[in-house]
Amino acid sequence: MSDFNSDFWHWYITILTVLSILACLWLLRWMTSGFQKTGKVEDTGHVWDGDLTELNNPLPRWWLGLFYITIAFGGFYLLLYPGLGKFSGLLDWTSKTQYEQEVSRVEAEVGPLFARYQQTPILDLSKDETALKVGERLYANYCTTCHGSDARGARGYPNLRDGDWIWGGTPENIKTTLMQGRQAAMPAWEGPLGGERGVDEVAQYILSLSGRATIEELATKGKAKFEIFCVACHGADGTGNTALGAPNLTDNTWLYGGSLTRISESIAKGRNGKMPAQGEFLGEAKVHLLAAYIYSLSQQQ
Amino acid sequence: MTSTETYNYKVVRQFSIMTIVWGLVGMSVGVLIAAQLAWPVLNFDIPWLTFGRLRPLHTNAVIFAFGGCSLFACSYYVVQHTCHVKLAFPALAAFTFWGWQSVILLAAITLPLGITTSKEYAELEWPIDILITLVWVSYAVVFFGTIMRRRVAHIYVANWFFGAFIITVAVLHLFNSAALPVTFWKSYSAYAGVQDAMVQWWYGHNAVGFFLTAGFLGIMYYFVPKQAGRPVYSYRLSVVHFWALIFTYIWAGPHHLHYTALPDWAQSLGMVMSLILLAPSWGGMINGIMTLSGAWHKLRTDPVLRLLIVSISFYGMSTFEGPMMSIKTVNALSHYTDWTIGHVHSGALGWVALVTMGAMYYLIPRLFGRELYSLKLVEVHFWTATIGIVLYITSMWVAGIMQGLMWRAINQDGTLTYSFVESVQAMHPYYIVRTLGGACFLFGAVVMAYNLWRTIANAQPVEVEIPAPASAH
Repeated sequence: MSDFNSDFWHWYITILTVLSILACLWLLRWMTSGFQKTGKVEDTGHVWDGDLTELNNPLPRWWLGLFYITIAFGGFYLLLYPGLGKFSGLLDWTSKTQYEQEVSRVEAEVGPLFARYQQTPILDLSKDETALKVGERLYANYCTTCHGSDARGARGYPNLRDGDWIWGGTPENIKTTLMQGRQAAMPAWEGPLGGERGVDEVAQYILSLSGRATIEELATKGKAKFEIFCVACHGADGTGNTALGAPNLTDNTWLYGGSLTRISESIAKGRNGKMPAQGEFLGEAKVHLLAAYIYSLSQQQ
Repeated sequence: MTSTETYNYKVVRQFSIMTIVWGLVGMSVGVLIAAQLAWPVLNFDIPWLTFGRLRPLHTNAVIFAFGGCSLFACSYYVVQHTCHVKLAFPALAAFTFWGWQSVILLAAITLPLGITTSKEYAELEWPIDILITLVWVSYAVVFFGTIMRRRVAHIYVANWFFGAFIITVAVLHLFNSAALPVTFWKSYSAYAGVQDAMVQWWYGHNAVGFFLTAGFLGIMYYFVPKQAGRPVYSYRLSVVHFWALIFTYIWAGPHHLHYTALPDWAQSLGMVMSLILLAPSWGGMINGIMTLSGAWHKLRTDPVLRLLIVSISFYGMSTFEGPMMSIKTVNALSHYTDWTIGHVHSGALGWVALVTMGAMYYLIPRLFGRELYSLKLVEVHFWTATIGIVLYITSMWVAGIMQGLMWRAINQDGTLTYSFVESVQAMHPYYIVRTLGGACFLFGAVVMAYNLWRTIANAQPVEVEIPAPASAH
């Protein structure tokens, strides 16, 4: 066992534990031997505070029995299980192996089911009622914390039902997102844009892309800046690029909020949303099914 | 030693009154946060009124303010009465009162502001920790100084428990609070990772074992025989259960970390020692309850005695429940559920609070030379408190076991049957019942406060002469 970097601590733990348990036993022997059989209850003869005195009843037998049983159980347990320092116990039990056994037992039970689903194309699965029920449960277990139990997301966590996809909405895109995760990289533009004023101009222009009212003068200047700084990712027309995870700015769907303040904040400070990779954790078979479920959500308009 | 010397009742009076005051404060915050869990709107979207900040305020207020003041008051009273001597170092004793009140006040300010070490039951930041250390060392000097000046040969059993509690809490506090300050109100623990967790729960469980158990057993050992007018049941039993309790409690911490990164051997030891702890704990219960033998009829007429005896029954119940929950297979179900909260409160409300209240009904009238204003009101208090505790712990049993079962329920495809939020939703009715239980208990405490206030209204503090020790027979 790697829990000890020297034998000293192994012996320290073992000796102290055994001594403490033996001390309890000794205490019990000491307080029962010679006292138990006298048959009459004495007074200790001590008096405090006028009338505070003590009897000296023998230890109740049932209580003594209970004490001995717990000590015996403890000794037995420490023989079978790890406890006394490096001694790994006669059963050779560890929590790690127990965990691994339980996981592989469940895997053996459910593995074939998911393996079967993995053979089916995502598109077909997304129309299979039974498969979707399983997918929904996977979603409830692993995805709701961020994307919500209704899959409508929250600020910073994409809505999965609206058909708007930052990293692409084809079944394969979705599966890749789940398997490998995604790391968005919108840089902070406040500096390059020349401070607050520059941010304001670009923000006004972006409002105009989704057809909202803007201050004409600022938006015109913003357009010029947009063409220098933003087109590389968001495209000349602002419709974005799913290959880079650059959102479409013309559809009035906003991951971080669509108010002028929120848009300005996104431009000035950047955004670095992260979808963690699930491939290693869940395995491809489950991810495959999850992708089908999530794809089906976007198809139920 | 002159025969006209009187007890130092002043500091006992001060601590006793603050016990009642902080009890009301701590329990009110408890009822509020219980209500917040049932109706989250009660967080009012004000940061310093949110559950996360008020919860440590509640625990600190009931454990260290209510429980702490009660321990100071009772130990100062008992050590004088059972040593037949005035409290040593009166100035230092006065400092423990004002120092401890400052600690409480600072806690009440810093915790809602979000200033916290984030270590459970040790949330206070390092400057306050230093003040606690100063107060605690002074407490030890006063207590043991008084013991050393005693006029009787034998040290009464209550004082063993008070002594063990004072020494161990000092050690726990010092080691667990070791931290590196970075600013005046921010420090980082001296330990990292699983070692930090282990030190934390070594402290945390022994805060229960020594602060909330050993200390209050000291209270029991004086006030139960006094109120019952009967001798302590068994000296021998008190020797065995005292030493066994001290031996084993200190090991029990790891049961808070079952199935975590804590090494298997430490988890096993925590479980084994927690099980061995059952009998030593019950030794205290037996000694308390059996002290009544020959005086059982008094339970019918004396509600104060009934409070004390019921508190010992709850002590027995929660010290059975604790070892059971420390068994790894049981813990796999109970851990992280509200069962734990129920268990803590059967100890905290049932044992710690009731034994304190019983002691206060005994103590406060005597400190002011009065008779208790109304036994009828004690009766009311007794029943509302008992009903409150029962509502609290039964709702938490059901809630906890239900959570545990929901979390482990698995579908045929290997997925969890319930998402976490579904288990939260299922708790709603039980959280309402729990709030009701807490409110009942608080109502009882208000009745007590009124009763004691009427008892001492317009009373003059009394000076009581210290009697000469009885000669041994």
